[in-house]
Amino acid sequence: MDFGFTEEQNRFRQEVRAFLEGEMKNGYWKPACDAWVQGFDPEFSKRVAQRGWIGLTWPKEYGGQGRSHLDRLILTEEMLRYGAPAACHWFGDRQVGGAILSFGSEELKREFLPRIVKGEAYFGLGMSEPGTGSDLASLQTRAAEDGDYYVINGQKTWTSCASFAEYFDVYVRTDPEAPRHRGISEFIVDAKAPGVSRISMIDITGTEAWNDVFFDNVRVHKRYLVGEKNRGFYQVLHQLDYERSGMERLMGNYPLFEAIVEFARENKLSRDPIIRNKLAQIQIEFEVGRLLIYRVAWVMEEGRAPNWESSMSKAYCTEFEKRLAGVAMEVLGPYGQLMSGSKFAPLRGMASHSYLGSKGYSLQAGTTEILKNILATRRLGLPAS
Amino acid sequence: MKFTLTEEQEMLRKTARDFLAEKCSKKLVKQMEESEAGYSRELWQEMAELGWMGLAFPGTYGGGDMSFLDLALLLEEMGRACLPGPFLSTVVLGGLSILDIGSEEQKQEYLPKLIRGEKIFTLALTEPGYHNYDISSAAVEAIRDDASYVISGTKLFVPDAHVADYLLCVARTKPKTGITIFLTDARSPRIKYTVLKTLAGDKLCEVVFDRAPASKTGILGRPNQGPSAVQKMMQRGAVGKCCEMVGATQRVLEMTVDYAKERKQFDRPIGSFQVIQHYCADMSTDVDSARFSTYQAAWMLSEGLPCTKEVAVAKAWVGQACQRIFALAHQIHGAIGVTIEHDLHYYTRRAKAAELAFGDTDFHREVVAREMGL
Repeated sequence: MDFGFTEEQNRFRQEVRAFLEGEMKNGYWKPACDAWVQGFDPEFSKRVAQRGWIGLTWPKEYGGQGRSHLDRLILTEEMLRYGAPAACHWFGDRQVGGAILSFGSEELKREFLPRIVKGEAYFGLGMSEPGTGSDLASLQTRAAEDGDYYVINGQKTWTSCASFAEYFDVYVRTDPEAPRHRGISEFIVDAKAPGVSRISMIDITGTEAWNDVFFDNVRVHKRYLVGEKNRGFYQVLHQLDYERSGMERLMGNYPLFEAIVEFARENKLSRDPIIRNKLAQIQIEFEVGRLLIYRVAWVMEEGRAPNWESSMSKAYCTEFEKRLAGVAMEVLGPYGQLMSGSKFAPLRGMASHSYLGSKGYSLQAGTTEILKNILATRRLGLPAS
Repeated sequence: MKFTLTEEQEMLRKTARDFLAEKCSKKLVKQMEESEAGYSRELWQEMAELGWMGLAFPGTYGGGDMSFLDLALLLEEMGRACLPGPFLSTVVLGGLSILDIGSEEQKQEYLPKLIRGEKIFTLALTEPGYHNYDISSAAVEAIRDDASYVISGTKLFVPDAHVADYLLCVARTKPKTGITIFLTDARSPRIKYTVLKTLAGDKLCEVVFDRAPASKTGILGRPNQGPSAVQKMMQRGAVGKCCEMVGATQRVLEMTVDYAKERKQFDRPIGSFQVIQHYCADMSTDVDSARFSTYQAAWMLSEGLPCTKEVAVAKAWVGQACQRIFALAHQIHGAIGVTIEHDLHYYTRRAKAAELAFGDTDFHREVVAREMGL
């Protein structure tokens, strides 16, 4: 047991902070909630890439730095602390690159990993469909073989960052006759390919959060099959472990946390024992969530896939984020409802935005209920329901 | 960052678990709750022979040269076994305080006896009428009497005082600010004990000092400088209790999951129902988070790092986690879990007592608020 960081790790954290503070000083961007998934800034992603901070844990031969998962957690923790606009590269860095690294052919690795690392290839995910949410194995989008190509038809939905995505990591049915878990394959699809179209979807906050992505006779060369044909379901489970693992589940609305504590201090609200109590409780829950996430990074560092561990941290942390937004609204009283841009809106409207936006945190990447099923069966060994 | 134990620590844990599984049955726990002393002298001596009392003390006093974190693992196992007795009082509240602030003479005088299991210690800190561990309002007084002192007043909720050989008594030596810690002979005829009947069946006492003598050489640390030392004692006590609760909740999670797998209703194990699965999942998240926040605080104490916030986070969180864990454990066990024949109540009752000791959740939440600059 050791809850400290090495000198090197502390130095790295300082380096990341100095970079982000310099960025803000130059006025490149302002801290925002949800910036990891809604802050699109290709120039920022390129500057991050220049530092070698995309694909930090990947092998050097593909352009990575071969550094530890704890280093990557330190990096992402600071990005989130500062509310930096990292959405362009986030998905490729967090999970698609890892999927290609784990399952992809040498050719795919050579084609994509160095470009992700340079901040030149942005990804969207093609998992959910209109009729397919938690029951991912029920997906209907299909791919039929045609010589050296697959022809994809169907619809994906809830694809974050899709407007900026240059590629989609898509799961499709390649064997309709096989048992449903065994007929799914993973492809990388060029977003500019003929037959791919997107329609933006506006979320409860009024922000474009996702796209519907349509595939109409989209021809994809066989070399863009990731891993083995019909093994896609097992690959997506692996990828989801990584999707759920990170600090963004705890710190998606961190700028609000800092701002509401500061607001309470400055306006002497913190003399009110009820407000002290609520904010301290949020701090306690935050510290606990942070430990659960560092545990996940530790599991990865030991070379294991963070399976139920990331289910635990993600389920816990997204519920925390909702409580944080709820407490911020309670502290602000009627001012809490004011949206960004309104007269009198406190904290740049972050509280109302987070209050609404956080409702979706416990749905994306595995609902809290699915995550608890995973904990119950895979960790505790309870019988399938 | 490292979330695993060393091989030595794993071994310590296993030895402790096996030993306590054999020696500390629930039958013994029940007997001890009903007994006057509250612990088994025989088991106490065996623990001393295993080196448990001395684990975290330097070899110069006969100790094992291990760390507070190692001791934390041992306390966790004691919580798992519901071990009754004055171990935390003697070692964590008494011994480690002497090691921390005692003079060399005091250490040489008291620590070897403690480590050999010959003497029992405890801390007389809290008093009637105040519950917030606000030591500045202490009313028990130590008054100069020629070259020594006499202590008068009442301490309340003092653990294991009735069997203690020595008391660390926190007393006022100056109006308003002066608080001093005295190491006194607990056997003085001028000190009277009443064991309180508590929900956990532990031995919390009322201790009445009636001009009890305390010598100048018995002062622990510097005169009138008690509060900062008391804060450290509180921190170690709080983390020690967290460790016990972590051990208890881990065991209760295992019992509950086992029961959910075995117990059948509607022709299937109740653990196959999603609602029960989610209860168990929630329990496991609370157990893990309680463990990590506790280990973090224990590690920081071990390393001598400032950890006011981390200790408060741990104690506040573990208390809350316990409430949820025990509510769910009872719900899943159904009516059998609220009978006196079932083992669950030993854990339920002890966890509640631990939650109240060394500051409850509200108390520690306020500490966190201060640490946040609120």
